[in-house]
Amino acid sequence: MRELWWVSLIKSAVIINLVMGAFAYTTWLERKVLGRMQLRYGPNRAGPFGLLQPIADLVKLVRKEAFFPNSAHEIPYILAPIVSCFTALAAFAVIPWGQGWTIHGYYIRGTLVNVPISLILIFALGSIGIYGFIVGGWASESKYSILGSMRTCAQLVSYEVSLALSVLGVVLMGQSLNLVDIVDKQQATLWFFLPQFVGLCVFLLGGIAETSRPPFDLPEADTELVAGYHTEYSGMRWGLFQTAEYINLIVLSALAVTLFFDGWHFPWVHSLDVLGPIWFLAKLAILVTCFIWLRASQPRLRYDQLMRFGWKVLLPAATLNALVTALLVVWI
Amino acid sequence: MDLSSLVPATFKGFGVTLKQVFKKPITQQYPEYKRPVYPRFRGRHRLWKHENGLEKCVGCSLCAAACPADCIRVVAAENTPENRVSAGERYARIYEINMSRCIFCGYCELACPFDAITLGNDFEISEYNRDDLIYTKDMLLAEPIKRVPVADPELFDTPIPYYKTNS
Repeated sequence: MRELWWVSLIKSAVIINLVMGAFAYTTWLERKVLGRMQLRYGPNRAGPFGLLQPIADLVKLVRKEAFFPNSAHEIPYILAPIVSCFTALAAFAVIPWGQGWTIHGYYIRGTLVNVPISLILIFALGSIGIYGFIVGGWASESKYSILGSMRTCAQLVSYEVSLALSVLGVVLMGQSLNLVDIVDKQQATLWFFLPQFVGLCVFLLGGIAETSRPPFDLPEADTELVAGYHTEYSGMRWGLFQTAEYINLIVLSALAVTLFFDGWHFPWVHSLDVLGPIWFLAKLAILVTCFIWLRASQPRLRYDQLMRFGWKVLLPAATLNALVTALLVVWI
Repeated sequence: MDLSSLVPATFKGFGVTLKQVFKKPITQQYPEYKRPVYPRFRGRHRLWKHENGLEKCVGCSLCAAACPADCIRVVAAENTPENRVSAGERYARIYEINMSRCIFCGYCELACPFDAITLGNDFEISEYNRDDLIYTKDMLLAEPIKRVPVADPELFDTPIPYYKTNS
């Protein structure tokens, strides 16, 4: 069945707004959970339970002066946050939300686009997103920004290797690079987090480093270093970088849910197919909360520890996992 | 890295943070709950009068001389039999404190030979306008409009401050 073009258009608008809303309330959730874990309340002034806090933050960021360093390279400086935010959002185009619906005779597919190489597409978009961080630091013509860029660049490049290798096991077991196929395969056999537990661990650890979340938030390291690549950004341009970071986190969690936790499948989803996106979002929320929990619990790594962990622990683990999976898939 | 101790230690950390979620936050919600200040807390200034209605301040300007922030302005005038304002020979015709400069060190209080000026307990004295922060003599002589609770000395006035329940 084919989907009409305007159905796709409406669906993409819905997904983008949903993801942006999820981003806004991830920041709220993060501040709330961190607060409670540190015996504080977190935001509780704007609206009930501080629920209007993300909107207040948005208004504040938009109204704030967006300063511009005198010697900055204009076009890359402005383009960098846009690129990183765009690539983060675009990754959601291939994440499956459900098995597809038919409403009044119009067919709605479960994903925005169903490409055969959707997993590679997500990794490619993530790699382009890194350019935003590197170019942003370079274009602001500031020592601290460029140092921050280098730090970010080194970390993201070294962890991307393990991240890509960690999903290899899933690809081998699912025998497809298409996320829809991988989800269906999990439904047919079993959720991949059981046979691919090592892969899941490497994927999550590498993913935390990729999205520069604590305890791997060396790119930013807000308590000990200058803010990093976005030192010279303010207002909503800075906000776009922050948006990109959080949406990357959501994309990563969505990918983990899709690859290891069977995406939108859960009991009763086949009798009531509206439940697909709800189960998906519920799994997503649990995973995002775990990331926030991790932030509250673990201290930041030193830079040499970070590099050593990435190259000496994660990479061998991911490689071994991929090799063992390949052997088992061939022999069994 | 010793994995056998690293992994349990890491998970212990998760347990510690998770335990806090179920405790009541210790945050004091400030505008609703005002924590009592110490009795010797130095806040908004106050000028005092004698019981017979005469001002204690004699316009000697010692407070202005002691002020490290240079925020006190005193202009003295002679008392006359028709216009007797203070108990001494002279009185402060103008007594102004610029609260935007004051650092609440309390030296004016120490310098004053007649205990005419003291520092009170009020700290909620912010304004939207800098001009409103220049306190005139009338304002300083009057009762402060805003009041903050003062702690019970039995509980709080100890050499080593310790907080009892609900503080």
